[in-house]
Amino acid sequence: MTATHDKFGRPIVVVTGMGVVTSLGAGKDDNWKKLTAGESGIRTISRFSTEGLKTSIAGTVDFLKVEPFSSPDLSQKLAETAAEEAVAQSGIGAKGDFPGPLFLAVAPVEIEWPQRLELGRDTGNPDYTYDDLLRVSGGGKYTRFHRRFLFGSVSDHLADTFGTKGSPISLSTACASGASAIQLGVEAIRRGETDAALCVATDGSVNLENLIRFSLLSALSMRNDAPQSASKPFSKNRDGFVMAEGAGALVLESYEGATARGAKILGVLAGCGELADSFHRTRSSPDGKPIIGCVRNALSDAGIAPEQIDYINAHGTGTPENDKMEYLGISSVFGEQTGHLPVSSNKSMVGHTLSAAGAVEAVFSLLTLEHQRIPPTINYDVPDPAIPFDVVPNKARDARVTAVMSNSFGFGGQNASLILTREPL
Amino acid sequence: MSEMKSSKPAAEVWITGIGLATSLGEGLDANWDALNARRINVDEKNFAPYVVHPWAAVNFDTQIPKKGDQRQMEAWQRIGTYAAGLALDSAGIKGNKEILARTDMIVAAGGGERDLAVDTSIMQAELKSNSAPGFLNERLMSDLRPTLFLAQLSNLLAGNIAIVHGVTGSSRTFMGEEGAGVDAAKIALARIAAGQSDIALIGGSSNAERKEMLMLYEFDDFNLRDKFAPVWARTNKPGFALGSVGTFLVMESKAHAQARGAKPYARLTNVVSDQVRRRAPGEVTASLQALWPKLGKVDDGGAIISGATGAEPVTSEELAFLRQHPGFAIRASGTAFGHNIEPQFILGLTLAALSISRGALFAAHDPTGLEVEMSKPPTQIVVTGAGHWRGEGLGLVEAVK
Repeated sequence: MTATHDKFGRPIVVVTGMGVVTSLGAGKDDNWKKLTAGESGIRTISRFSTEGLKTSIAGTVDFLKVEPFSSPDLSQKLAETAAEEAVAQSGIGAKGDFPGPLFLAVAPVEIEWPQRLELGRDTGNPDYTYDDLLRVSGGGKYTRFHRRFLFGSVSDHLADTFGTKGSPISLSTACASGASAIQLGVEAIRRGETDAALCVATDGSVNLENLIRFSLLSALSMRNDAPQSASKPFSKNRDGFVMAEGAGALVLESYEGATARGAKILGVLAGCGELADSFHRTRSSPDGKPIIGCVRNALSDAGIAPEQIDYINAHGTGTPENDKMEYLGISSVFGEQTGHLPVSSNKSMVGHTLSAAGAVEAVFSLLTLEHQRIPPTINYDVPDPAIPFDVVPNKARDARVTAVMSNSFGFGGQNASLILTREPL
Repeated sequence: MSEMKSSKPAAEVWITGIGLATSLGEGLDANWDALNARRINVDEKNFAPYVVHPWAAVNFDTQIPKKGDQRQMEAWQRIGTYAAGLALDSAGIKGNKEILARTDMIVAAGGGERDLAVDTSIMQAELKSNSAPGFLNERLMSDLRPTLFLAQLSNLLAGNIAIVHGVTGSSRTFMGEEGAGVDAAKIALARIAAGQSDIALIGGSSNAERKEMLMLYEFDDFNLRDKFAPVWARTNKPGFALGSVGTFLVMESKAHAQARGAKPYARLTNVVSDQVRRRAPGEVTASLQALWPKLGKVDDGGAIISGATGAEPVTSEELAFLRQHPGFAIRASGTAFGHNIEPQFILGLTLAALSISRGALFAAHDPTGLEVEMSKPPTQIVVTGAGHWRGEGLGLVEAVK
């Protein structure tokens, strides 16, 4: 029997294509070069006026233009760019004919202020209300808003462009969405429903109201005068995360299918774990049990022991709460190994790409395996003694890496962890 | 040597819990009685010219005991969290920490419920400021409630269910209008059938009394105007009437249900879905027709609970599909409950399981004569879900043999 199945008898799931866009640039090569050089993509926001805001920095993707700007338009552009790169690399199917389903992690969408104000002007009433907006909404003048601001809008477009099969799935597990999209693809292949899946995660939602919403939750860094050093995961002087945009895409295939068509295998999706937290809407349970359980579920799903993990690609947002809880979770599972295990945060450089983060960081984890080089946690000048991780401070490091854990945690008690390996276990 | 998972027979999946709270009331008896009395609860005035099926008030305290939790949610989240609690009660697992800690959850959610008073005040002032730079910044910073964000986020319905009811095995939220509900059911079923999960809570909610949501659908003239009519009788005046609903199901493998002594309402045998481009007339009819044989063996003389919206052209396209299956007793859930968008298909599954457990299909409510009475107890009910713009799905609910 050839080893096309793992020790649990499930089809092995491999990656044959990857694509990524972040504030550092488009494509794996550019991103990897800058990521391992410790460059930051965080900048002062130029998309809209930040006058009077507490936070005026973000990891916006400004080199891909959508006019006029809307979050779903940019999210779609980012997703399309990343998916194109992934599908091209995999060489699977034919153009516009991807032989499997689409799982898309995408931020919730709604009509934004520019549209609301445009409709308002159209009412001709200076004291207009939603009733007036409703009165001018119909009749076909704004049909494009219906298409654009449906929750399924971006996935519908991607399904059409790439010719994925069946009903495309749009999902949100907040900041764990990217990992959840990958997990859904892994599960579908393991069930034998499909030989391939296109898993994409995208977020282009740095707009005024979204920035203010996170700001009002006191979640964002306010180091506006030094954007590139604002994101300080695991540092004692960390003061919040930096909102960012990006997309990650993976072509997943059964090992059997990939080898049969002679595809180059970039890595293995060895395990996925999840566990919800019922403690609070934005805070983790103080005992760390949901994170611990999530990490253990991923290890057990992959059938490996903690000692076999060589590197953790941390969620590492740089909020006081997250980094503390992630340390508690990891140290509880990894024990004495913790201080020797490299744990770095890509978010120190690309910011927090929110719905996209799980997939963006999965791509970076696979590149870590490919290049045997661990990207650093930059802006690490004041270590937090309460978080004695080996954070791979400030400089990338060559290392032997055979298995990576990538963590994603989100509002609403969302926890997801992935385990990626170079070779089938 | 380990054996391939795919070679194992698929586990039979039972529906063991139903939570239902709608415009017609709360609980299975109230909704069943209303259906058979052909009672409709529509509001043609408060959102005129649009017609909506408003939420029938409940005492939220019975399922969401902490007022603080209720305050942290907008209406769609309260409705959903409430109905989820009813489903857990119905399955007999409410408060059972051991089971809830490994119950998987897939919620089909919209979201984005806005504070209309805040929006309106900012919109009016913005116009008067002549779009002064920085105006929106200042007003949004001062007027937006920090907690409103969480009450809008799609995944926070699942988050609130985890907090209030302790469902923590996993938490996934599907978006994407009608298709979200179809795929929530499809994936929960596939995971249990394949042994990836033992027990799951699926469902969703909608709050129809939302002008910003009416606006989204008004952009393409989807809303039913002026006067209520049953779904099949809207040919001359098509559209959907948004309906408030909270509908949740507990599904589990037969083995898991039997081990804990749980009784099934029905079996969920299959869910299939697709999404065609709808570039040419007839594509939805063809899509549904292509899905039909994938459902499995469907005997003639059964019942179909349709999620038809009443909007065109999709309703006529679904009708053309239904006419290819004569001899089935048809019901449109949208007549009694309105269109619920994301949970529409799950509502269909809910009504199918309820009908099978009651040994009867609920009363026809259709002046066009498409819906006919069914005299025998249904043993198979097909559920349809064709989205107003995208997404097609079919489900098969059967009596447990």
